[in-house]
Amino acid sequence: MNDISLKDALKVVGTRPVRPDGVDKVMGRAQFGGDAVMPGMIFGSTVRSPHAHARIIKIDTSAAEAMKGVRAVVTAADLPNITSEEAFVGEGPMNFRDLSCNLMARDKVLYDGHVVAAVAATSTSIARAAAEAIKVEYEVLPHVINEMEAMQPGAPVLHDDIFTSGVDPKPTTPSNVVKRMEFAKGDLEAGFAAADKIVERTYTTAPVHQAYIEPHACVAAFNPDGQCQVICSSQGHFMVRAYCAKLLGIDISEIRVTPAEIGGGFGGKTLVYLEPLALALSRKAGRPVRMVMTREEVFRGSGPTSGGTINVKVGAKMDGTITAAHAEVILQAGAYPGSPIGPALMTCWAMYDIENASAVGFDVVSNRPKVAAYRAPGAPISTYATESAVDELSRAIGMDPIELRLKNAAKDGTKALYGPTFQNIGYVETLEAAKNHPNLQAKLGPNQGRGVAAGFWFNIGGESSASLAVNEDGTIALVSGSPDIGGSRASMAMMAAEVLGVNVERVRPIIGDTASVGFTFVTGGSRVTFATGTAVCDASDDIVKQLRGRAAKLWEIDVEAVEWRDGSAYPAGDNAGKFEPLSLADIAVKSGRTGGPIAAKATVNAQGAGPGWGVHVVDVEVDKETGHVKILRYTAAQDVGRAIHPSYVEGQVQGGAVQGIGWALNEEYIYDKDGRLDNGGFLDYRVPVASDLPKIDVALVEVPNPRHPFGAKGVGEVPIVPPMAAIANAIFDATGVRMTSLPMSPPKVRAALDAAGK
Amino acid sequence: MSKTHVTCTVNGEETEFLCDSNQTVLDVLREDLGLTGSKEGCGSGDCGACSVLVDGRLVCSCLMFGSEAEGTSITTIEGIADGENLHPVQSQFLKHAALQCGFCTPGLIVATKALLDANPSPTDEEARYWLAGNLCRCTGYDKIMNAVHAAAAELRGESA
Repeated sequence: MNDISLKDALKVVGTRPVRPDGVDKVMGRAQFGGDAVMPGMIFGSTVRSPHAHARIIKIDTSAAEAMKGVRAVVTAADLPNITSEEAFVGEGPMNFRDLSCNLMARDKVLYDGHVVAAVAATSTSIARAAAEAIKVEYEVLPHVINEMEAMQPGAPVLHDDIFTSGVDPKPTTPSNVVKRMEFAKGDLEAGFAAADKIVERTYTTAPVHQAYIEPHACVAAFNPDGQCQVICSSQGHFMVRAYCAKLLGIDISEIRVTPAEIGGGFGGKTLVYLEPLALALSRKAGRPVRMVMTREEVFRGSGPTSGGTINVKVGAKMDGTITAAHAEVILQAGAYPGSPIGPALMTCWAMYDIENASAVGFDVVSNRPKVAAYRAPGAPISTYATESAVDELSRAIGMDPIELRLKNAAKDGTKALYGPTFQNIGYVETLEAAKNHPNLQAKLGPNQGRGVAAGFWFNIGGESSASLAVNEDGTIALVSGSPDIGGSRASMAMMAAEVLGVNVERVRPIIGDTASVGFTFVTGGSRVTFATGTAVCDASDDIVKQLRGRAAKLWEIDVEAVEWRDGSAYPAGDNAGKFEPLSLADIAVKSGRTGGPIAAKATVNAQGAGPGWGVHVVDVEVDKETGHVKILRYTAAQDVGRAIHPSYVEGQVQGGAVQGIGWALNEEYIYDKDGRLDNGGFLDYRVPVASDLPKIDVALVEVPNPRHPFGAKGVGEVPIVPPMAAIANAIFDATGVRMTSLPMSPPKVRAALDAAGK
Repeated sequence: MSKTHVTCTVNGEETEFLCDSNQTVLDVLREDLGLTGSKEGCGSGDCGACSVLVDGRLVCSCLMFGSEAEGTSITTIEGIADGENLHPVQSQFLKHAALQCGFCTPGLIVATKALLDANPSPTDEEARYWLAGNLCRCTGYDKIMNAVHAAAAELRGESA
């Protein structure tokens, strides 16, 4: 069992059963965050700043409080004024004080859409009317939106306690530059001196939103005895519990969070926006409170990922050897510190084995919503730039872009710029899979081009809990702590079924609430199948051990003389004695007589998540009249370790690629001159629709991860890393014009063609 | 604020409700009739998560007032299956793994049923344009299109 080399011996892993939560979802029965009901609940709404940067002079809530049906109004005065403290409960570091101030502005508002007050009333329409009746007096301050402008001396300063860290000497005046980071190895100067060709260029990207279709939603009750209940849609109900406890100053044991179904997250639901407010309102109102964001609130008030500016310099010899590579990355953090600058730097050269390399980054605040994690946070931004530059380099030396990547590819034993030495990686295999895909044989017509780019993501492990109980009839109840955002319940049930040797339909997986299963870190970092899957397998192994023990007891032989295969206990050999096999159901029904119920739990802090590698090849056609870019063909190859449920693995790759297509071609935050968001809706913030796209062909590469019982590696984040560069490279192939700014929307492509006289 | 009394048919059953003048059909379905399968993703008719059939026509229920429902016949996601027997569109969505988070799924299934009622043999382009009003952020639409075509074949009586 669990020998990852024995793929052919697997009976459940690698098959494509119908997901256990599927029928509820196709019948409209699944309960998402905004569907949950608590008895007597009332409805919350928020008051948001219309200014990008302003001092709050006065908040007058009297008119709202006097309205019929209004039950509670809260402002920052109703929340504890907590001190600065670094937290790591969600995805990426977060400071509790910043999180509190982001939830509800204290003293200053820092972006258009920043919450300043919340109200609860007996209907949503009354709550919204009451929110409008709250009068906030502001002193409007100068604002800054763009990260490069925010770095300039004399720019409006958001926080008077930010003194750039990571520079020597440490500045004595505050600025918007939170920190400088650097990774370096080798001798950059010597490396560039050895190059025959050098490419040097500046790129910019726009902030983009995760744009999950389900807006943030929760229902929360704060009881008079201090006990709290929260039902919400999030990527981690333990994260919600921890943040609510901290931001409201109450014990973790007083809060029970039940995960609702989650309507997409992509990183954006790894922190809280509503839950502490709903609890604060509930405490004041004495009633449970439901809060659901509008779509405009989602865009204005929740975190997109950073936009940035990236300078790249990379050089190679004519034989294709990359001799030196440098990237400088400047990322918007939004209103509070904490852009994904670290991962942006660590990922941008990870695909290459380069002797001399460096990556330098800056985390910069400006008057935008605080950024949140978005699928492989930081990597798509920096990799767009580095993979565009490498494409230009391959053309400069006249080498096929896949061959150039093969020549310099990271392999087992390569020491990454950010430190670790890679093991059991499948990047070369992934490049080969892309190279050999039949789509690359397709002939291109006029104004059509083909682009290639690669991408890397670490994938993480971390803390997870799971428990299994053998029911009286031999079926299995499986509880894990990971919110299921894209079908992970299916893979949990499949892994348990594989270990136990039963049909997957015999295993019913659920997500436990925070009181019913051990602590589990957020569903993020592509960790669930790896880490929570390991916990599920550990607990399943324990169940098998117990089942063997029960059979041994019934047969009155030693447990070592019992073996478990295909869901039944067998005597291990002739010496063990002659007994008819006992199935799991046979043992279950007798469990009362052999020692009581059979159950097991496992907790892990999983280490050794195998990193993920993706190589995307895209064919585009550029309409030279309008600047519109049409995706003709799309091929995504990825090392996934082992696909537990291949359909959902392919789905992750396809979905990530298409989010990347949106990032590449359409999506951006547009601000007016006063720093107000101009496109806070799906009509003007245009995510890809079905008619924009062709088939997304996926080539799964399986180089197993020895640190997972079945070899799984994380999957979900890698596929959003390569698309932007792949499409930019295809546009160059089609037109001879290098697009250095995202999104590559029709007006920008048309302008670039004009500038090049095409 | 006085309420409007409305009589209509919802999923085959005669239904009465009282609604405020600013309540949409989606509000009525979700808040008053307990039919939470239809979802609000945008409230502006851009995402299609609230798709229902009104007298057989595909409508964003967030764009229609409750008071406009008088005398109509509305089919929601809860009315697509025949009792406990899934509609072919539903079963093919499951078989083809055409959902990840499942939030857009009710709207997509209703919209696909409307498509196949109107056009039993859509080309891929026709299907993609018909469904362009239903946003899915998870799947990249690939497996959704596979499910749509498989459901069309099943409804035409072709073996899958």
